Amino acid sequence: MKAKVAIIDYGIGNVQSVYNAVTWLGYNAIVTNLESEFAKANALILPGVGSFETAMESIKNDGLDQRLEEQVLHQKKPILGICLGMQLFASRSEEGGDITGLDWIKGEVVKLKKVKDLYVPNVGWNETSFVKNSVLATRLSDAPTFYYDHSYHFECGEDDIAATCSYGSQIVAAVRKDNIFGVQFHPEKSQSTGLKLLRGFFNHVNEQ
Amino acid sequence: MKRLIATLIIKDGLVVQSVGFKKYLPIGKPEIAVEFLNNWGIDEIIILDINATINERLINLEMVRRASKKCFVPLTIGGGISSIEHAKELLQAGADKICLNHSARNNPNLITELATKYGNQFVVVSVDIMKEEEEYKLYDYITQNFSDLDLFNYIKEVVGKGAGELFINTVNRDGMYQGYDTVLAQKVCDLVDLPVIFSGGAGNADHIVELLSSTSVSAGSASNYFNFYEHSVTVAKAALVQNGVQIRNETFADYNEHHLDGNTRLLKKSDKELEGMRFIIIEREII
Repeated sequence: MKAKVAIIDYGIGNVQSVYNAVTWLGYNAIVTNLESEFAKANALILPGVGSFETAMESIKNDGLDQRLEEQVLHQKKPILGICLGMQLFASRSEEGGDITGLDWIKGEVVKLKKVKDLYVPNVGWNETSFVKNSVLATRLSDAPTFYYDHSYHFECGEDDIAATCSYGSQIVAAVRKDNIFGVQFHPEKSQSTGLKLLRGFFNHVNEQ
Repeated sequence: MKRLIATLIIKDGLVVQSVGFKKYLPIGKPEIAVEFLNNWGIDEIIILDINATINERLINLEMVRRASKKCFVPLTIGGGISSIEHAKELLQAGADKICLNHSARNNPNLITELATKYGNQFVVVSVDIMKEEEEYKLYDYITQNFSDLDLFNYIKEVVGKGAGELFINTVNRDGMYQGYDTVLAQKVCDLVDLPVIFSGGAGNADHIVELLSSTSVSAGSASNYFNFYEHSVTVAKAALVQNGVQIRNETFADYNEHHLDGNTRLLKKSDKELEGMRFIIIEREII
């Protein structure tokens, strides 16, 4: 059974890019913020291009965060957070001050340290290492490269880390806690490698 | 890892070849160029509509929508962006980043507005530079003349306002196929603490190798080169790999083991190698 994917529309995110990638892979996708559509979907995607503060404001607006919590924390629907979307799962972020996140995965979002020869934002392609047996990496080679574009990164507990990449030091590139998946990079913008990661995620969704 | 970026210059809805920011020859539809570049393994694509601001309108959203459908690498869109509303419309049409040129000079606070709402990595500021005698000056493509602003102060100002990346275009080298102005490239890199995308003058893959291996630019961009060189992306990446430049190399097919001639054009394989290839099965890439 093919996955039905709901791409969460909260006014901040490159939704069209995510939609293009998901439909190219052959799944039914809808960009929405309606509870009824979330309920019909097999999987949710939370994209994000923006700032943490504006994003949390948008999500709290109109109770969207509660609708999402119902689907993710209670219904245990698989969700994939992309870039800022993943960061919103954190407890708090220092972007914009000290902003509270959704607190679904314990951790903090902090600014990338400026290191010699490396720029902030981290823009460009980086080799990424996944933990063993990561569902996201089932279709990938050993040292896949993804596109990153961020100034802040997620620091969380080791148990929740699904992948890391090197930027000055090792930073969290992907997280997973039960049905909650998150990636710091942009799989919808990482060509074949990104599409294969999405395939791995949707294959997992289809198996549920 | 460095990036190889293709910049598509759009005039009246078509991709054009640009020479010296003055002469433009039509090439073809943007969505076709995007599809091919994406399939060949380009790292990023920038689309700039050079008539948008002059005609007081935003770049065509329908065109962006069509182009973004088959684009699975970051797509930066520029052309007539003068408000936050424009950025929202572009995101909804498939843009991943936006590029400001005239607006950055005319209304620098827009940079801050956009960076605050969408993050500074969303905002690329395009700076056109022309060399006059021994001096580098800021060029205004709208008036087709030098700007009154001091070049290096202007660059520092846009960085201070919140730009995430700089896109530098070298007017003198545009369409000349003589190679990049690597001296200017390094000057800009030394001035700022931001990723710099540098463009202007690529004639063959060696020029790209020179830019990415001898300067601190984060990315090399080319326009005409990608449209007029056979297997341009694959050849450029092969030349970069063969010269030890860290570049993404994940396309199904690559020319990394191939030989390139003095002009970095692909050389025919020996008859023995070709004979051996007759019976190799090449699996289709499944995604």
